[in-house]
Amino acid sequence: MTDTTTNPPGAGMGAPTRSGDDPRNTASKGTRVFGILSLIGIGWLVALGLGLSPDDQTQGDLVRLMYVHVPSAWLAYLSFGVTAMGSIMYLWKRSEWWDLVAASSAEIGVLFTGLALVTGMIWGRPTWGSYWEWGDARLVTTLVLFLMFLGYLAVRRIPADTHVRSRRSAIVALIAVVDIPLVHFSVKWWRTLHQEATVLSSDFDPKIDDLMLFTLMVGLVVFTLVYVWFMLHRFRVAWLEEQLLDHSLADAIEARRAEAVGTGATT
Amino acid sequence: MSNWGYIIVGWSAAAGVLGAYAVRLVTRGRSLSRRVPPERRRWMG
Repeated sequence: MTDTTTNPPGAGMGAPTRSGDDPRNTASKGTRVFGILSLIGIGWLVALGLGLSPDDQTQGDLVRLMYVHVPSAWLAYLSFGVTAMGSIMYLWKRSEWWDLVAASSAEIGVLFTGLALVTGMIWGRPTWGSYWEWGDARLVTTLVLFLMFLGYLAVRRIPADTHVRSRRSAIVALIAVVDIPLVHFSVKWWRTLHQEATVLSSDFDPKIDDLMLFTLMVGLVVFTLVYVWFMLHRFRVAWLEEQLLDHSLADAIEARRAEAVGTGATT
Repeated sequence: MSNWGYIIVGWSAAAGVLGAYAVRLVTRGRSLSRRVPPERRRWMG
């Protein structure tokens, strides 16, 4: 994502440029590389997660849900962390670029948090006998995180001047992100139903079979690759939306000006 | 007891949500690209 604009107007509308960027869509060399790596990784994850990895001694085959649940939760942390960083950078630099990074990552974060909640509920039904437990601190703090960033996306849709909208949403993001440590440490601080961390345990010695740990790590890497692919495309879509909005606004002002000049000339 | 029903539903939900979002991003990007000239794209060198 460079700041150069060397293409002449309308050039290369039908074919990718030398740098691999395709003017017909939001693809580039980077998105193709991450897309291919993600697809290969997904193939590996399916083979390992649904076939090669063993059943757990206590959870049985339900452990296979962890290979999508845990990476989804990790991506929720990462996405909202990037949103917080983008928001801080926006408040510091007042740059539209950082605001769009924050917004793009928040939308993807909501998606992954929703997935973490849904896969967790599906796992909870046969394990705990219930899809949802209001008394569980991890579940409730995660739901609060999901709702707060849904609120962040709603705030961005409130009609306002671009800078007012960006400043307002940056502040909301920085308030919402405080929930991440609460979500992460809720299993230690309140010790309710949800199990404690297996991989990120305090002694950094995961009590887990090697192949299961490897599968979990593959899941984390694959979901992170998917996140990067999503981010590249989502940022570009957001950038194009802003350009279109600016352009339509400029056209409308120009039309009003022309109209005013025309009216003035006839009176 | 086998829990493959839950496992398939969980994995399908993940594949469906991520796949649908990917398709939405690509189609939205294509549609917007037709309306914004290439010189207004910051990432294009």
